Amino acid sequence: MSEVVERVLALSKADGCVVVYSESSTVDLRWANSTLTTNGSRRERHLTVISVIGQSVGVRGASVLEDLEVLVRASEQAARDAGQDEDYGPLVSGPADPDFGDPAEATSTAVFEQLARDLGDAFAGDVRQYGYATHDLTTTWLGSSTGLRRRWVQPTGYVEMTAKNDARGGSSWVGQHTRDFSDLSVPALTDELRRRLSWTKRFVELPKGRYETLVPPTAVADLLVDTYWYAGGRDAHEGRTVYSRPNGGTRVGEALAPKGFSLRSDPHHPGLAIQPFLTAGASSDMISVFDNGIELPATSWIDDGVLTALPHTRASAATYGDAFTPYVDNLVADGGGTATLDEMVASTERGLLLTCLWYIRVVDPETLLLTGLTRDGVYLVEGGEVTGVVNNFRWNESPIDLLGRMTECGVSVPTLPREWSDYFTWAQMPALRIPDFNMSSVSPAS
Amino acid sequence: MSHSIDETFLSLPLRAAADAALQVARDLGATHADVRVERLREQDVSLRDGRLQSLSDDLDVGIAVRVVHDGTWGFASSPDVTPDEAARLAREAVSVARVAKPLNHQPVELADEPVHADATWVSAYDVDPFAVDPKDKVALFEDWSRRLLGHDEVDHVDVHLQQALENKFYADLSGTTTTQQRVRLQPQVTGTRVDPGGGFETMRTIAPPVGRGWEYLTTVWDWDDELAQMPERLVEKAKASSVEPGRYDLVIDPTNLWLTIHESIGHATELDRALGYEAAYAGTSFATIDQLGSLRYGSDLMHVTGDRVTPYGLSTIGFDDEGVAAQQWDIVRGGTLVGYQLDRRMARQNAAVLGTDRSNGCSFADSPHHVPVQRMPNVSLQPLAGGPSTEELIAGVERGIYVVGDKSWSIDMQRYNFQFTGQRFYEIRSGRLVGQLRDVAYQATTTEFWGSMEAVGGPQTYLLGGAFNCGKAQPGQVAAVTHGCPAALFRNVNILNTVREAGR
Repeated sequence: MSEVVERVLALSKADGCVVVYSESSTVDLRWANSTLTTNGSRRERHLTVISVIGQSVGVRGASVLEDLEVLVRASEQAARDAGQDEDYGPLVSGPADPDFGDPAEATSTAVFEQLARDLGDAFAGDVRQYGYATHDLTTTWLGSSTGLRRRWVQPTGYVEMTAKNDARGGSSWVGQHTRDFSDLSVPALTDELRRRLSWTKRFVELPKGRYETLVPPTAVADLLVDTYWYAGGRDAHEGRTVYSRPNGGTRVGEALAPKGFSLRSDPHHPGLAIQPFLTAGASSDMISVFDNGIELPATSWIDDGVLTALPHTRASAATYGDAFTPYVDNLVADGGGTATLDEMVASTERGLLLTCLWYIRVVDPETLLLTGLTRDGVYLVEGGEVTGVVNNFRWNESPIDLLGRMTECGVSVPTLPREWSDYFTWAQMPALRIPDFNMSSVSPAS
Repeated sequence: MSHSIDETFLSLPLRAAADAALQVARDLGATHADVRVERLREQDVSLRDGRLQSLSDDLDVGIAVRVVHDGTWGFASSPDVTPDEAARLAREAVSVARVAKPLNHQPVELADEPVHADATWVSAYDVDPFAVDPKDKVALFEDWSRRLLGHDEVDHVDVHLQQALENKFYADLSGTTTTQQRVRLQPQVTGTRVDPGGGFETMRTIAPPVGRGWEYLTTVWDWDDELAQMPERLVEKAKASSVEPGRYDLVIDPTNLWLTIHESIGHATELDRALGYEAAYAGTSFATIDQLGSLRYGSDLMHVTGDRVTPYGLSTIGFDDEGVAAQQWDIVRGGTLVGYQLDRRMARQNAAVLGTDRSNGCSFADSPHHVPVQRMPNVSLQPLAGGPSTEELIAGVERGIYVVGDKSWSIDMQRYNFQFTGQRFYEIRSGRLVGQLRDVAYQATTTEFWGSMEAVGGPQTYLLGGAFNCGKAQPGQVAAVTHGCPAALFRNVNILNTVREAGR
């Protein structure tokens, strides 16, 4: 309700005030061993009050709306207690969205009707099914003492399916993000799972080593999300990230990827649309509460292979004389390639085809060395065809290095990041061919 | 000092809401119904180079109703704790169960548990962290930051503190009613040294997160000592020689070993993983239920317990989110797998194999808006009575590494292959520490690693480590958990050089 925002603004006695209020409606289904495990229908809400007094800020948040005045006064007291804030700047102003007064939108289990019917059929099949489907509608209102009134309804939905047979290496995964489940076909997803499980007729044990590897879009998404999360402009200028240049400054301007490769964010990207204004309940290295409500621009992080920008707050951009390029919650990579993953397989003499990556963690922030596992199907490609399933591997690689070492970039397609989908749903990525992916050891897991 | 339950929580219409929901659930034919009201107060403080970056203070209140209807789960939640809303949630939970029914091929039955009527439990802490003026917290961390920044070779200091006060009210159709409260906090300080010629190195405090109050920041842990030693340790680490990869004997400090226990034993002995419930997300386990009582997990010295009763433990509580009393049990005894982490449904379903039809109280939800799932108790490696000190363990190593503090972690989806780094790696030569090494990671397979445990430290080396951010389930849930352990000696472990792994 926009009314909550107006009530808080009316109560505010601070020099400036920003109110962010959201109401969420979520449904989910989870299954394992071809039967339902858990489910739910939930409603949540959250209110954040940001009070600015002088050049200091105080923030309070709550899901309870009974004592709005207590919350407002607490945020004002917090502002008085805090020192001058490093991020201080004028609050964002701008026009009011015409739909600001509209109510929250809600989802319901009805969104799963077709999915549930199709899952019933999948459960009756001869492979074991595991997975999860979720749909969330979050309505966010942002209002400020400077007149800004924004409203956005963000749909976030996805389905993940894992199928298993009894063969060694007999596990496969597919995932897809969706805004309303109307574009989702469980039969098509289960067909892809079956196709992949059909590759488990031959098991090939391979040792650790460096392999030519086809990294599919979901795995590229997980790797590039990490390059994004560790890309804070201020940290880079301070000399403490992989994007820092020796003796000061950042690597902006340096070629990291082949010519023609781009990595960008755009809140209005077709199919990946996300809230086009910034909301922050707390300041961190990359976002600031002072920037609340600011319009999020389309930003190129890598353009024609060259690092062009790092995420900044308005304050850190000003400090270092960089353009203000705020963090945006989607990522699109494109190398201009046209080959589908199947076509990339067809042009592979000998190599590995991955399904997805898992348990990705930073080992060494200096190089952004990541470790992780391959998961749910590593396939051997010989003579342009998949000829068997291989054991899993633990790998150690820096995605920054991978960008520089890729020898082919496929067509860019919408994809769900397998590991980071809880936090990062909206991505569009190509598959990459890496000539020498470092499989550090064998994992017996399947 | 014992605290009483927060008045603002008790002032919610807990019983009226529960009664309303349970009555509706009963009337609609639910065979089980439970109501959970939660109030979670959280406050995070971050300082960057001695200046406050953020102080967030949040309050989440909500109510959940979970039912078993026609053999199928149904769940619904709301932020409004009122009898009317509770009754609506009960109807909605039943309707969710009806929608889900055609997909459910295993009727839900729950282990019977004793009724605990009107039980109350409060964790052990002295000073409520939310009673401390935030100004004083910031002032303390400004002082800590100044001390470190006063050292020439410390270029950046980050201080983070997470604090939580959790209230839970639970009531079910059988008559159990519990009201609980606990606190926890996690302070972390990281120093960074930037090499002018390129590159950087960090050092983080090894103080673990705890189920304690503000006294942890003032008296329980020796912060002055840790902060005083950090600059020198950081510089030594930055200038240390890069490790030669290969096989080494490791003496692992409890500040590092807790995380290896968490990943390779804690998660591997969650019965829901072993049964495949997490196969599409968190993963499964090599420790399958058919191997209960026979799987050789590690050396004879290995005695691992699960518990939710250890004072100051992050998983410690009076009753779980299914009304089951907290307890302690064996998970690995004499190196053999002998127990799992259970909830009421899995206990009933697998009673024949488990040899018991009782839950051991591991059901937990991190929010009123999430379904309780089986979550980790405190899983701890027991020390050896009369066992050696850390120095004595080190003295028994000819060529090895002493590992202190946790850092990077990763393990595969069946909990076999893991890789860990740490805060500090000290080279051991002829039984003595000869200085730090850098770029070290240890990589092993779970049963091989625990099988190589040749010596276990005594109680004098025992420490409760732990984490705030253990993730599991979909929708994702986080849980805080403690792992107690002594220092221990592992022979012939594979060491990687992380710079070479990066192909440099």
